[in-house]
Amino acid sequence: MLTILFDGVAYGMLLFILASGLAVTLGLMNFVNLAHGAFAMAGGYVTVVLMQRYDVPFVATLPFAFLVPAAIGAVLERTIYRPMYAKSHLDQVLFSIGLVFMVVAAVDYVMGSQQQLIRLPAWLQGRFDIAGIGIGRYRSFVIAICVALTIALQYVLVRTRFGSRLRAAVDDQQVARGLGINVGVIFSLTFAVGSGLAGLGGALGVEMLGLDPTFPLKFMIYFLIVVTVGGRSGLTGPFTAALLIGVVDVAGKYYVPQLGAFLIYALMVAVLFLRPQGLFAVPR
Amino acid sequence: MTVALDTPRPALSDLVGKTLSLRRRWKLGEVVFWGLTAAAPFLLPRGMLLLNEVAILALFALSLDLILGFAGIVSLGHATFLGAGAYAAGLFALHVNADPLTGLVVAVLAAALLGFLTSFLVLRGTDLTRLMVTLGIALLLFELANSFSTITGGADGLQGISMGPLLGLFPFDLQGRTAYLYSLSVLFVLFLAARRMMASPFGLSLRAIRDNPLRASATGVAINGRIVMVYTIAAAYAGAAGALMAQTTQFVSLDVLEFHRSADLMLVVIIGGAGWLYGGIIGAILFKVLQDAISLATPQYWQFWIGLLLVVFVLGGREILHGLLARSRAALAKLVSRRAP
Repeated sequence: MLTILFDGVAYGMLLFILASGLAVTLGLMNFVNLAHGAFAMAGGYVTVVLMQRYDVPFVATLPFAFLVPAAIGAVLERTIYRPMYAKSHLDQVLFSIGLVFMVVAAVDYVMGSQQQLIRLPAWLQGRFDIAGIGIGRYRSFVIAICVALTIALQYVLVRTRFGSRLRAAVDDQQVARGLGINVGVIFSLTFAVGSGLAGLGGALGVEMLGLDPTFPLKFMIYFLIVVTVGGRSGLTGPFTAALLIGVVDVAGKYYVPQLGAFLIYALMVAVLFLRPQGLFAVPR
Repeated sequence: MTVALDTPRPALSDLVGKTLSLRRRWKLGEVVFWGLTAAAPFLLPRGMLLLNEVAILALFALSLDLILGFAGIVSLGHATFLGAGAYAAGLFALHVNADPLTGLVVAVLAAALLGFLTSFLVLRGTDLTRLMVTLGIALLLFELANSFSTITGGADGLQGISMGPLLGLFPFDLQGRTAYLYSLSVLFVLFLAARRMMASPFGLSLRAIRDNPLRASATGVAINGRIVMVYTIAAAYAGAAGALMAQTTQFVSLDVLEFHRSADLMLVVIIGGAGWLYGGIIGAILFKVLQDAISLATPQYWQFWIGLLLVVFVLGGREILHGLLARSRAALAKLVSRRAP
């Protein structure tokens, strides 16, 4: 029982890291990016390729799993994402779905359609017992990283000059520009970091979520749920929502496996029906 | 000032009436278009199966156009109603009666009921919430169909459907000629209904809601009632498309509920232009022809090209395409007006 709770928390944390970039672009910048999962998948494949072809140890691949998607994100933001900011939601949806379709087919072509497997180092395998609760080593590793990242993110967003500039740019671009804030650079940087975090999450998730070319489609809905259910006002809402979803999903799949993901979708529809702005947001 | 205040009322209603009756009038291009579709079995006797798919997709796109193009509801889960109609028609044919028309009515009613019930979920919230809710409902239905595999056949699908002859006279043949004419007739009848509906005050009020909900409600349009109504109607249309698909292919599988159906459908409507009724039909023709051509060349990776098409389209291709369409339409109108002064 408590083991399931623990697994759920680990899963939720991972979801939060995966979706945190989306929480900023979709939640704060109001840009519907359904292709967010593609960056996560990029991170996953970076780790897989480095480990399988170049024998790099797992932990050493993680920085690359962050940097490569971040670089891709920065380039794409500069070139094709930027003209999309001002377009309608419908256009953004079509555009990002198109990207997803392209990425799925391209990765299938390059890497093959099979599930990718990695061998974790020995010290991350197995589980240990604390007061009779079985705790997976890898899951505690993931939780530790995710907690550290979450604290860092919240600190940057709330306490630093960059964070306040970002919030200003999101609230009112024109005024922010007028105050001498370089909105373009801030958005690029934010987008890159968000993509990098998604990539890191994707790399950490190879073991827990699996990795194949349909990853962006399979998990798109989860990321979107985290952001929309959490509410689009900051990071605390999505964080709580991610934990909630992680626990409900793991518990649901354990106790009523025949329902599959039914429970999560039903939860989302119910929340959005009762609170269209999300669980924790106040209508703007 | 008082004069200006007195006069507009009758003049406005006159104007609206005139505009509406002008919209109801049939144009030459439309007659030619439907004439061509009816003549298709003679023009393209080998392409019946593909044309049948086009007609079904066109009906499905027409359904999305009703809510997206006219009421402005962004839906990413329209496959819900296609699937509901397909399964209703398939199950009805398997267990109750193999008559196609009865099955069609049953499927339409089932999808409309589902549309009515779920329409209350899209009343509130922004584009994004609607997107998520419609997507969520589609996924819910997919999971349901997947878990109740004793009824739906799960991943294997409903097998062994055999349809009776249409109207008791025309059996479904292998070339798909009956199938095409059946789908085309249903499409045509439903198109007529949609055309009449959208050129009525009801259609006008939907456009008002799309353009500015706040102002629409200020002028006395009951927004919620209209949205429930158009969503139910659109669901019924999609259900009809699903039923046609199930009956003419005599097979239903989970594929009808897949996400890519809803996403592709968006592309279909957007290619042809939303809010125009013919947009969905033209989009369906272009999409199917394109799909056929691409999947001949690269059967496995054709989604890549669809994706590329979407991206290019949004990044500026649409303006070019619609500019071309408008120019050719203007040229055609010029040609026609010169012939019949």
